[in-house]
Amino acid sequence: MIPLGHYLVVSAVLFAIGAAGVFLRRNLITILLSIEIMLNAVNLSFVAFGRYAGDLDGQIITFFVMTVAAAEAAVGLALVIALFRQRESLNPDAFTSLKW
Amino acid sequence: MPETFVFYAFSAVAIGASTLVIGQRNPMYSVLLLIVSFGALSGLYIQLDAPFVAVAQIIIYAGAIMVLFLFVVMLLNAPREDAAEWDRAHPFRQPGLGRFGALLATLLVVQLAWALMKMNALDAPVASRADAARVGSVVEMGRVLFSRHTFAFEATSVLILVAMVGAVVLARREGGER
Repeated sequence: MIPLGHYLVVSAVLFAIGAAGVFLRRNLITILLSIEIMLNAVNLSFVAFGRYAGDLDGQIITFFVMTVAAAEAAVGLALVIALFRQRESLNPDAFTSLKW
Repeated sequence: MPETFVFYAFSAVAIGASTLVIGQRNPMYSVLLLIVSFGALSGLYIQLDAPFVAVAQIIIYAGAIMVLFLFVVMLLNAPREDAAEWDRAHPFRQPGLGRFGALLATLLVVQLAWALMKMNALDAPVASRADAARVGSVVEMGRVLFSRHTFAFEATSVLILVAMVGAVVLARREGGER
């Protein structure tokens, strides 16, 4: 049987990869993808803890996280499209001014 | 032991694909690799006796959210990152601040590893209990979702409505045509 710690290590590694992506990449779409990676890492640890505790709350909160991820993707991508229309660029460094 | 082998195979695919998502310059490949990573994660969910979460992961994440990403990447004609020119001007690339950022990143990893080391339930088997049938049951899950978590469920519908209106307002062309 697989110990709980193994799942948590996988989750921690995925979260670190996502965090690194947010800080290292210079592309708005890749940054949004990195956020999805982090949300999924958290989902994995929720499900693993829920299975360890033997109740269903871990799986149910995963659904709420998925819903928030869907809403975040919809609003985030709408923002990306609006920004791209302004500057013809996806580089976050192109959007350093508050008003133009 | 086939179970352990399957766990390591799915974990390796998930971590490898996620690393490649970060390593790609082409956002198109990044989105496709992230779908691979989510597929591997749904395999892990099945191992954790959460079949409904696994199916929702495939349908909602790979089927809906990632297709939305793919659609936007194609719509914007997927410009590759032009790293060189921006990196030179970026403040975090200056030696002093860069070293500070590296220090913070190392601190995060050390903290994560330390928290994992301190846990005392690390070696407890996660899936050997006798209640697998109850935890994996979709009927039971629906009952809990609509009794104990009703308010959160209803609040979610408001969240989705707000996100929908927000996306329409944000993506609308400013001024002019209507």
